[in-house]
Amino acid sequence: MYCEECKQRPAAVHFTQILNGQKKETHLCEKCAAQKGAVMFNLEGQLGIPNLLGSFFGSHYNMQGMNANTAQAVCPNCGMKFIDIRQTGKLGCADCYNAFDQDLEPILRRIHGNNQHIGKIPAREGESVLLKKKIEELKNQLHQAVVSEEYEKAAEIRDAIKELEKQNE
Amino acid sequence: MSADLLNNNYVYWMDAKNGKNSDIVISSRVRLARNLNKLPFPHLLSPEKGDQFIKTFKEAWRQSSNQDLQKMTLLTFNQLSNLDRQILMEKHLISPDHAKNSTAYSGVLVNDEGSLAIMINEEDHLRIQCFLPGLQLSESLARAQQIDDALEEQLSLAFDERRGYLTACPTNTGTGMRASVMIHLPAFVISGQLNYLFQNISQLGMTVRGLYGEGTEVIGNLFQISNQITLGQTEEDIRGKLASITEQIVEQERMMRRKLEADMKYQLEDKVGRAYGILTNARVITSNEAMNLLSDVRLGVDLGIIKDISTFALNELIVAIRPAHLQRKAGTEMEAFERDIKRAGVIKEKLIKQMQD
Repeated sequence: MYCEECKQRPAAVHFTQILNGQKKETHLCEKCAAQKGAVMFNLEGQLGIPNLLGSFFGSHYNMQGMNANTAQAVCPNCGMKFIDIRQTGKLGCADCYNAFDQDLEPILRRIHGNNQHIGKIPAREGESVLLKKKIEELKNQLHQAVVSEEYEKAAEIRDAIKELEKQNE
Repeated sequence: MSADLLNNNYVYWMDAKNGKNSDIVISSRVRLARNLNKLPFPHLLSPEKGDQFIKTFKEAWRQSSNQDLQKMTLLTFNQLSNLDRQILMEKHLISPDHAKNSTAYSGVLVNDEGSLAIMINEEDHLRIQCFLPGLQLSESLARAQQIDDALEEQLSLAFDERRGYLTACPTNTGTGMRASVMIHLPAFVISGQLNYLFQNISQLGMTVRGLYGEGTEVIGNLFQISNQITLGQTEEDIRGKLASITEQIVEQERMMRRKLEADMKYQLEDKVGRAYGILTNARVITSNEAMNLLSDVRLGVDLGIIKDISTFALNELIVAIRPAHLQRKAGTEMEAFERDIKRAGVIKEKLIKQMQD
C-alpha cells in the first residue's frame, strides 16, 4: 500500500478517526505522517514564530549574562518587562521603544543592519520632525546664498528660518 | 457589498488583464503596519481597551473624507463565522493568524472588490494593505499611502524620529512596510535553479515564502517574494528594489522557458497535455495535486500550448479550490475526501467552460 498523501513511498503509519459517527482510515508514509501530525495534534504553536523571533533578542538561556537592571526594567506605560519581550519577541506598546531604547538598539541593528528611520514622516505626529528637517534644509540654502554672495536672498532665508524656529518652540 | 467577497470566488488581484507581467507575476501587495500611541499592542489588549479602540477607529473612519475609506465595509470577527474568516484568508485579504481571531475588536475594513483591506488588531493595531493584479508595486504603495495619510489625520499614530513607525515586532519597525509579489516560477523549478535564486534573494535583503506567507509551504510553483528590512530604507527604496528584482526574475523565467521550449518541446507539451487531461477527467483530487497540475496548465497557456483558457480563470481556481471556498460553494461542511471530490468537479467545470466560451 502506498502513502495516501505523496503516493510515492510505502505507507508505514495507519490510524483511524471517527468523525460524525463515520470511521475513516488514513495510511501515510513516515515523512507525510510527520508533516500531517503537527497539524492533527496541534503542535504548530510550539515551533512557531515567537520562539524564532525571541532568538533575535538572544537566547533566553543566556539571561545570566544580562544586566539584572535591564532584565527587571519595566515599561511605565504598559508594565511589560524586557525579559518578557525577549521571550515573546513582541513589545508591549509604543512606549516600550523609549523605555528599552538601549537594549533595542543592538537588536534593531541585528535585524535591519540599521537603527535610523529615513522613510516617511507623518504630517501630524511628525510635525516637529518635519519642521526641523525644513529648517536644516533652509540653513543649507542660506550657506549657499552667502557663499555665492546673494545677500538679499540670504536675508530672506534667514527670516524664514527665524519664523520656523519660532513655530517649533 | 463585501458580502460578495464572502460568497463568490472573485477578488480584484485575480483580474490579470489589469496587471503588468501578469502571466508570471500573479499579484502585488503593499502592507503598512501602524499603531496608536499609548494603547497596548494587540497581544496585550484587554477586551475593554479593545472595544475602546474599535470605537476610536470607527469614529476616525467616519470622519475621514477619503473616498476609498468611505467605500469600505467593516467586518468585525464576532460577526463572521470561522468559515467566513477562512474565506478571507484564502483570498489573502487577512493572514492565517488573523483568521484565528474572533473578538469584536478584531476584524478587517475592506472595499467591495478586495483591493484594499485594513487588518484590525492583527499583530499591530492597523495593517493597511493594497492588493493589485500583476506587477504594480508603485500603484499599491501609492494607494496604501493615501489610506495611511487619511487615517493619520484622525488618529494619533505611534511614530519616533529615530525609529520611525513603532510596531509590535521589531522586524517591522521603521517604515512598517512589507511589499510582496506572488510569482509563478515553473521553469526555475524544472531547471533546478531555485536554490540559486533563494541565495541571491536573501543576500539582497529579500525573502521567499510559500503562498500564504510566513511559515507556509510552497505549492504549485507559486512563491511570495518580499522585503525583509524595514528600517534605514525609504518606502521608495524598498519598492524600487523589489520591483527591479522581480523584473529580473521574470526575465530569467522567460529565458528559461524559451530554453525549455527549444530543448524539450515534446516533454513540455506532454507534461502540459497530461496535466490538462487529469484535471478535466479526475473525480477525486487533493489540493496539492491540483495546484501542481494547474501550474503545468498555466505554463501551457503562457507558452500557447493550450489556447482558450484565460489567466484570470487560472487565478480564480487558485482560490476556488481551497477548502473554505469549496465548502461555501457546496453550502455545507465537508471532510477532506468530500472536498477532493468537489474540487475535481469545480476544476473540470471551469476548464471545460473556458474551452466552450
